Amino acid sequence: MSALDNTLYLRRRIINTVNLGISMVAVVFALFFLSWILWTLFSNGFSHLGASVFTQMTPPPGSKGGLANAIVGSLYMVIAATLVGTPVGILAGTYLAEFGRGTWLAPATRFINDILLSAPSIVIGLFVYELVVHRVGHFSGWAGALALSLIVLPVVVRTTENMLQLVPNTLREAAAALGAPQWKIVIMVTYRAARAGMLTGILLAVARISGETAPLLFTALNNQFWSNDLNGPMASLAVIIFQFAMSPYEDWHHLAWAGALLITLFVLGLNILARSLFHQGEKQ
Amino acid sequence: MKTRNLQATLDVLFNNTTKLFAFLVFGTLFGIMVTLLVGSLPALKAFGFHFFVSDAWNPVTIEFGALVPIFGTLVTAVIAMLIGVPVSFGIALFITEMCPAWIKRPLGIAIELLAGIPSIIYGMWGLFVFAPWFADHLEPWINTHMGGLPMIGSFFQGPPMGIGMLTAGFILAIMVIPFIASVMRDVFEVVPTLLKESAYGLGATTWEVVWNVVLPYTKIGVVGGIMLGLGRALGETMAVTFVIGNAHELSMSLLMPGNTISSALANEFTEAVGEVYTSSLITLGMTLFVITFIVLALAKLLLIKLATKEGKQS
Repeated sequence: MSALDNTLYLRRRIINTVNLGISMVAVVFALFFLSWILWTLFSNGFSHLGASVFTQMTPPPGSKGGLANAIVGSLYMVIAATLVGTPVGILAGTYLAEFGRGTWLAPATRFINDILLSAPSIVIGLFVYELVVHRVGHFSGWAGALALSLIVLPVVVRTTENMLQLVPNTLREAAAALGAPQWKIVIMVTYRAARAGMLTGILLAVARISGETAPLLFTALNNQFWSNDLNGPMASLAVIIFQFAMSPYEDWHHLAWAGALLITLFVLGLNILARSLFHQGEKQ
Repeated sequence: MKTRNLQATLDVLFNNTTKLFAFLVFGTLFGIMVTLLVGSLPALKAFGFHFFVSDAWNPVTIEFGALVPIFGTLVTAVIAMLIGVPVSFGIALFITEMCPAWIKRPLGIAIELLAGIPSIIYGMWGLFVFAPWFADHLEPWINTHMGGLPMIGSFFQGPPMGIGMLTAGFILAIMVIPFIASVMRDVFEVVPTLLKESAYGLGATTWEVVWNVVLPYTKIGVVGGIMLGLGRALGETMAVTFVIGNAHELSMSLLMPGNTISSALANEFTEAVGEVYTSSLITLGMTLFVITFIVLALAKLLLIKLATKEGKQS
């Protein structure tokens, strides 16, 4: 082997090692920021996460308090949004997977759904403001729930369609051969077969809206007091965190960190639950 | 006979119900478009096309222009892409070509956790932890080492405040990495093993296989993934609002505070008084929606194109 060849091989091997090394640095970069963010959350939030956070109202600056009204407001709106968004999403996803073949509506809806999936959530808030808040004349928890349900919708449509398409056609054919009408096949055979995957989608959607702030800013607004009335302005954990973190008050910052830790634990917990559920479904 | 008729009716009913809801999803997009357009009419009437090229933003004299927020949105998104794309590529490369099988799953989960963290958490971390650190350690260095460069020097001059477009872009980069990386990983994995093994058989190094075989084979999908990340970066609100500084001033320096469309909306919309002010903000929102729609639609079309190409080959 000549000297020229040797340098060429050496150069190629050096380029290879350097570039693969850089790709490892990229992985370390991402993991470094993930652990930095989580560490910040725990070190700042954990010490302020006492029982009072769950039992007391959001305080005026300078006094003790908790996040109870914000937690409850978030729960109300997330539950309402899930109850509205999920059935609509499942039915639309069913159409895409089961009945849409050969129509123009199915591919067009699929396309638009994928765009809605990544659409800026603040624009969704703006839309609901114009549609509801502006007409009715006041901010309300229902408007917030509607905005969140518009974020749930595309996630559920997407996962429902994907999961239904994984169900083998032979199952449907077997049911059809027994004389089952189509609606029964879908509800009693394909839904059952795809149950775990569809539930995963719903959980992921809930995880996604639990931390959403932008769509609530102009719809549910905020509320410093306890409120069970979805017809009026309503506090939510995310908006309270935003308000408290941007304020100059030290004790509001502490509550914001506690709330941030709470939201993150909830969202990441849901994510992990959804994933393990999906894994179980796959194993079956 | 009767039951069969009943079942047939139920079938039609079920079919049409699902169709109705699919149509609802389909119509949502147009609903958003039309609603925002109607909401932005007063501002468009008052300022005309001039709105999009004017850098004025004065609620007192009721003069508004979209140039500063549009500029800020594009600049922060470009910074995010410049940092995020190479890192995502590195991660996808590591996961598909290099890492031992037992790391694959935990690493995938870790990257997905990064995607799962709510954006407001990124914002808080950015404001309280990252921005001060950035101001103390990185910005003085950037100032002295890059501020003097010809041509691009003016991008890096300014007081080290920690808050500004560069910080916002950097945090956006961390947020879009999981999205781009997971698309890249998925498209890298569809490259036929036969193709890669042929290249290895000819004596190519891992890097050469990735650069000359995998990347050309998947380039449409990679571009689609990047566009998807860009769409996210353009529309991201909370993380940016915390660290951008909310200043309606056009500044060449990336270290200076600026504004993006979404942060202007988040900061000002509920406090906007008067029809023209509100309507100007809605016009901003519409602009953002149109920009992200175009970017996301292109991304989607590219990914569809890749899928059909793959379908033809197999």
